[in-house]
Amino acid sequence: MSGSNPLHYNGGVVLSMAGDNCVSIASDHRFGMSQLTLACDAQRIEPLHDRLCVGLAGLATDCTTLAERFRYKHNMYRLREKRVMRPRTFAAVASSTLYEKRFAPYFTEVVIAGLELEEDGKRGTSGADAMTDAVYRPYVCSMDLLGALMVTDNFALAGTCAESLYGTCETFWQPGLDPDALFEVTAQSLLAALDRDCMSGWGAVVHVLTPEGITTRELEARMD
Amino acid sequence: MDRPLSHSSFLPPLFSSAPHPLSPPHSVPHPSAAPSVNAAERPARWSPYQDNGGTVVALAGRDYAIVAADTRFSVSFSIPTREFTKITQLTDRVVLASAGMGADRQYLHKMLHTRLAMYRHQHQRDMSLPAAAQMLSNTLYSRRFFPIYAFNVLGGIDSATGEGFVYGYDAIGSHEQLKVVCSGSGQAIVQPVLDQQFSGRQRYSVPDAERAPSLTLEQATALVRDAFASATERDIHTGDALEMWQITAAGVRQTRYELRKD
Amino acid sequence: MSSSSSSSKGGNGGGFNFDHHLRNQWITACLQGNADASTTDPVPNYARHARKTGTTIAGVQYVGGVVLGADTRATEDTVVADKNCEKIHYLASNMYCCGAGTAADTEATTRLIASQLELHRQAVGRARVPVVAAVNMLKRHLFRYQGYVSAALVLGGVDEWHGPSLYTIYPHGSVDQLPYVSMGSGSLAAMAVFEAGWREQLSEADARQLVYEAITAGIENDLGSGSNVDLCVIKDGGRTVEYLRGYAQEQVRTYRKPDGYAFPKGTTAVLAEDFRKYVQVRKVVSDL
Repeated sequence: MSGSNPLHYNGGVVLSMAGDNCVSIASDHRFGMSQLTLACDAQRIEPLHDRLCVGLAGLATDCTTLAERFRYKHNMYRLREKRVMRPRTFAAVASSTLYEKRFAPYFTEVVIAGLELEEDGKRGTSGADAMTDAVYRPYVCSMDLLGALMVTDNFALAGTCAESLYGTCETFWQPGLDPDALFEVTAQSLLAALDRDCMSGWGAVVHVLTPEGITTRELEARMD
Repeated sequence: MDRPLSHSSFLPPLFSSAPHPLSPPHSVPHPSAAPSVNAAERPARWSPYQDNGGTVVALAGRDYAIVAADTRFSVSFSIPTREFTKITQLTDRVVLASAGMGADRQYLHKMLHTRLAMYRHQHQRDMSLPAAAQMLSNTLYSRRFFPIYAFNVLGGIDSATGEGFVYGYDAIGSHEQLKVVCSGSGQAIVQPVLDQQFSGRQRYSVPDAERAPSLTLEQATALVRDAFASATERDIHTGDALEMWQITAAGVRQTRYELRKD
Repeated sequence: MSSSSSSSKGGNGGGFNFDHHLRNQWITACLQGNADASTTDPVPNYARHARKTGTTIAGVQYVGGVVLGADTRATEDTVVADKNCEKIHYLASNMYCCGAGTAADTEATTRLIASQLELHRQAVGRARVPVVAAVNMLKRHLFRYQGYVSAALVLGGVDEWHGPSLYTIYPHGSVDQLPYVSMGSGSLAAMAVFEAGWREQLSEADARQLVYEAITAGIENDLGSGSNVDLCVIKDGGRTVEYLRGYAQEQVRTYRKPDGYAFPKGTTAVLAEDFRKYVQVRKVVSDL
């Protein structure tokens, strides 16, 4: 199955789910070469700022390169604009970064999880104008290796066991999840799918983004 | 299935057989030319097999077994028929469902019914669940080098105790007794859902004994319906209708539910 | 250096970037157990790993305008990736364009041409750009890439020069102008409906109904198409556009477990937990 597909060579999955005023993003920890497992401390999720994370699944070398390019682009934006990127702005940047290499692509699929400020007029937090009573809307999207953007209001995912994750998420996700429920649904959906995939697994992590802060939990999982 | 993109997805067949855009027009390869190593240019070879899609599920509880399948019959991107049953009843207590190729499924089911009739005539009784399971395996293995392209799940209740069991198979007869199994085009979608609800393996913080509370027949029915609804949402080859056979000591009950038709 | 040197500069000069071409060819060859990259496809089709819109898209011209229609399913191989994607893309205030093929290509191509059309509109200082201008831009773009930009388009629009017009543009850059058209894997199902039901001088209501039925035929009979029907009506000399997103929810999930799935807090075993609370820094403004 993984055969000649560079997207599946190193294994790994990323999953993001939308909740009520919160959003989660999760991934496994395996790093391998085909069937051979090399490490179980891979980090696929890159926090760009307090309310925006990007997860990368695919060929590890490209995931690393892209994570660095995304951080660079975000830093340059922050220096120029004196504010951080809104999730959908970043999604557009990521999409065109991938599509630029349409005929010689990065073998990477991207999942973005963020909290988007409700009021369009106000800008994201840059430190000085942080908002206390602001209402945030979850922003969840994914894109394929060529940068085709897909924004959803429930879940987005990418990686070696995408099909299994579609099954668990489609069944277990429901609207209006609070941060604790969102964590459980994300974790159980991920673990159930990982247990049927030999290219991913070896531990997992779930981040839950809320307006108050980020909760990071390392999960107990099958280590085989 | 992992063929390179061809424009056949949006052009009539006439255009899809056009030569590679970079090859010179009207060029004829020299007979001595080495065969192209490029898989994209190799002509498709005839295959005796065809995948007609579909998902089958079987699960068992203390006093019941459920065998379920969708009724869609598909050939690549089209649906020749929406009402093609994948399930056949073997005895009063044993039901079989097969995904895979339609023709092979019909052949296999007919073969099994013949052998069951012979058994009945010889032994004056129906085959037991384990015997039927073994016979299916033998039938599949008899075609070890030209396999029957069918992916079977077998479900039933033990004639002595009434306890439900199901069996999962590969195409050449390797099988296993289980409590829950699924196969076919929606397998990857349905399997982790059933795992999570049935084995509860992922609930590490819950004590072992409480991880997988046994489901009642009604709960299991709802779970299977939900699993098929999810598979239909995401697998293009699953859909149209769900046929569910419930096997209990009282007999076999058949129910039908509608699924998405797109 | 010529304008084609953008690839060596990291792509800021516009156009596609081919920096990874040799590397990708080598990686693909190695994974196929064939380290000699020279024997692999000179133009590898990485779109096979990408998201596609199997798609039924269609359009009909009527006396006062055009009606465009599309389904909303995007697939990755045989898996439905997006159940409600938007396939009718904005080109200009008087033009919309349905896209079939590789999702990234249809999206990027229509967005690129949309911005070129707006620049053109401002350059010529008119309220609207003729639809043929968009057709020319799209076909030149697609022709330039020899069909490798796999976008099959149905373009509909209304302008003051030609009135309502409807075009199909094929991935290789060829163009058709017809009163009723369809594209995508469900195009045969849609065209069957058109051939049975189309007549001249359609009213707007009839045109809408015909397109709706054509898309529905694709949704039901083509496995690459599914979910909802989107419609877009352009009329009134290009001044009025009715974009009917979710015109019909054709197919919906048939069942949900009534009691849902409860995962009480603490179901998942956690090895380590960390909470990073945001610190809000405020400017203290003092009058003293």
